[in-house]
Amino acid sequence: MWQYLTDSYNWSGNEGIWARIVQHLWYTFAALGLSVVIALPIGLRIGHTRRGAFLAINLGNAARALPSLGLLMIAVLLTNQIGFLPVLIALVALGIPPILASTYAGLSGVDPATIDAARGMGMTGREILTKVEIPIALPLIISGVRSATLQIVSTATIAALVSLGGLGRYVVDGLKLRDFPQMFSGALLVALLAIVLDAIFALIGRITVSPGLNAR
Amino acid sequence: MNWIGDNLGLIWEALREHLYLAIVPVILGLIISVPLGYVATRYSWLANPLIAFGGVLYSLPSIALFIVIPAILGTKVLATINIIVALTIYTVSLLIRNVIDGLRSVPPDVRQSAIAVGYSPLHRVITVDLPIAVPVIFTGLRVVTVANISMVSVGAVIGIGGLGELFTLGFQKDFLTPVVVGVVLSLLLALCADLILVTLQRLLTPWARVATPVGEVA
Repeated sequence: MWQYLTDSYNWSGNEGIWARIVQHLWYTFAALGLSVVIALPIGLRIGHTRRGAFLAINLGNAARALPSLGLLMIAVLLTNQIGFLPVLIALVALGIPPILASTYAGLSGVDPATIDAARGMGMTGREILTKVEIPIALPLIISGVRSATLQIVSTATIAALVSLGGLGRYVVDGLKLRDFPQMFSGALLVALLAIVLDAIFALIGRITVSPGLNAR
Repeated sequence: MNWIGDNLGLIWEALREHLYLAIVPVILGLIISVPLGYVATRYSWLANPLIAFGGVLYSLPSIALFIVIPAILGTKVLATINIIVALTIYTVSLLIRNVIDGLRSVPPDVRQSAIAVGYSPLHRVITVDLPIAVPVIFTGLRVVTVANISMVSVGAVIGIGGLGELFTLGFQKDFLTPVVVGVVLSLLLALCADLILVTLQRLLTPWARVATPVGEVA
């Protein structure tokens, strides 16, 4: 395995490790961005109006039971193509529930007295949302995006099953060729990528969360 | 629909394997994390590092773990034991936090009373501490059981995946039915497992039902 990873030949070029990492990150962030764009407004709306809470809670739970591989295969067979689109659909389907559920949970956890106080100060609904509810809910929203990222980055590995690139290529090709060092290298790189992304989100969480929330 | 009728044997076999691959790790994980969690509450400096380490382990992609484990254990890449070990690691890494939180939720005066009436440490842990920790432990147990059931199918990528094998089969034959059957059965399995755990928790904590009778001020 070390031999594979330390051979500079394997790192460069169109099918080198760097290129695969970039592809992997591209699938991850495309899916993550789309998930956020879809899930965040819905989660904020449900959390702000408190309507549809049942949906938000149960969607989060049910989604944990969804087998990602089956989702991808269904997306492939329904769109009738292999490639980026079905992968994107499957990854977005995995990314939406954690973001939606935690955005709702974050907003619903805001103390009603705080919201009353904001209203008493003359804030409009929009101001309450952007200046009170979102900042207070931010730690939970970020942790939702964080778990969506982990889900997506590890599932992006299976994109290789449907002829895409990314780090999953090493796993799938290695398996086919019985080239186990290549498989291990791919798996290890995915794990490292997940850990790095997780650390980045932990850092973002620490930087963006209002200092007022940590003060006792 | 014809496909389902013609392949009942195959589907049943996949379901059986899926259940086995998902449940054995939950049981093993529980057996490992309860004593580990207990030790972590006795020596509390252990608790936070253990929880943090569990968080890192849980963030590892399952497919990566399925493949890296044989390199560590020296097992064959295509062996069932890899899936079992990988999912056991996930179970422990998630459950350890719940066991520690659950044991910490035992009120000190309850523990003191148990000691005062003469319970031996082991007797106390089993008959007093653990039952009180059951609700918190079961929250984690439910999450991890459902997650395991959905994760098993990823094993199909390396050729062992219970219902996941129906996914690869459908993909190879460009045929939707097996994939849908696999997804639906996987969801049903998760639902059933969750219901069983909820029922089990109710049976294990009979006082929780008595505690808030109708009309009582909570």
